[in-house]
Amino acid sequence: MEGYLYYPGCTLKTKASDYEESAMAVMEALGKPLVEMDDWYCCGAVQSLTTDDLMHQLAPIRTMCCAQEQGEKELVTLCDMCYNVLKQANERVRENPDDLETMNEFQDEDPDYLAEVEIYHLFQILQDMKDDIKKKIVNPLSSLRVTPYYGCMLLRPEKAAIDDTEDPSVMEELLELTGAEVIDNPKRTECCGSYHTVNRSDIVEKRVKEIVGRAVEDGADVIVLSCPLCQFNLEYHQRTTEFEVPVLYLTELLALAFGISVGMKKHKIDPIKKFKEKDILE
Amino acid sequence: MKVKRDIEFLEKVEELSGQSVNACIRCGTCSAGCPFVEEMDVLPERIFKKIVLGDKEGILEKNTMWICAACFTCSVRCPRDIDIAKIMEAVRQIMLREDIDMVDIENIDNIRELPQLAIVGCFRKETG
Repeated sequence: MEGYLYYPGCTLKTKASDYEESAMAVMEALGKPLVEMDDWYCCGAVQSLTTDDLMHQLAPIRTMCCAQEQGEKELVTLCDMCYNVLKQANERVRENPDDLETMNEFQDEDPDYLAEVEIYHLFQILQDMKDDIKKKIVNPLSSLRVTPYYGCMLLRPEKAAIDDTEDPSVMEELLELTGAEVIDNPKRTECCGSYHTVNRSDIVEKRVKEIVGRAVEDGADVIVLSCPLCQFNLEYHQRTTEFEVPVLYLTELLALAFGISVGMKKHKIDPIKKFKEKDILE
Repeated sequence: MKVKRDIEFLEKVEELSGQSVNACIRCGTCSAGCPFVEEMDVLPERIFKKIVLGDKEGILEKNTMWICAACFTCSVRCPRDIDIAKIMEAVRQIMLREDIDMVDIENIDNIRELPQLAIVGCFRKETG
């Protein structure tokens, strides 16, 4: 395959379409297009952690089986939660071949999953393309102060970590390529409150106040991340604060620096206003 | 107060989590790093003590396992290598399998605004 086989998951097709559009455009510009899988299933969003619950491992395993049947050994995700669920499910069946056998027997009309597909998050692919990225920058973001936010699912648990669990740097390295000033945020690996946004929004509001508050204190113009749930939480719950900090997908910033007009349509806090203020957009 | 010791509960938690609850030395590293600890009725390491004691009833009335969002911060930091998120999940699962349901769908007034992965994630963690 010329580019990479890509697993979208549910949210990338709807609420987080800005992320999908911008990631597709960036990878196309880099000559490694993302090619959506012929068939896929919702991953289940959170990893099922009990030893006896194989039923909730089936969806990620079936998706990885679809990649296998397309003849691919590498599968790329954009959403942090999808990445984490697929990665943990894959590692689990590698460590417990009996579980895999049980699931393969249950799925008797599908081919057996051989656990040979590798799961990657887009940042791992971009990390290996820094020279190519540098060459594509036509609109340096030198007037912009950005702060990365990793959240949980790229870094924990250890077997799913794409970087150092306590001191990651992949986002900082990618952001520096855009010419933006990267600001350290000590809250960057703390949980945003995750699914509590559904029925305990008070918990998420407190987290957002701390995380965004720190970014504001340190003078960040925008927060950058890749998880659609963190993106929703950090933007939506700012309505209970005095803050107004746009929260962007890293690929939206890359596209901007590449001079590609894409994404930035579904934000609760308009990033375009900020970019005009900073003379990045006309 | 005397606690009715429910050893089956301890055994079930260890079976479902694949973790040894007895390995906990109550150092409090989990509580120190937990971003949600302020919301919890009982600190995580105190819950482990209750599990070891088999105090199922005492745990049932606490909110600790429902506040845990499985962010794995404690799991990567535990000096005894206990995957604490798995223990919290095991306790949640024991409750959920007894038909305890934590989500009131009727009262989620912004459900159309929520991203799918929030709803799916919440239902996975808080409904049976």
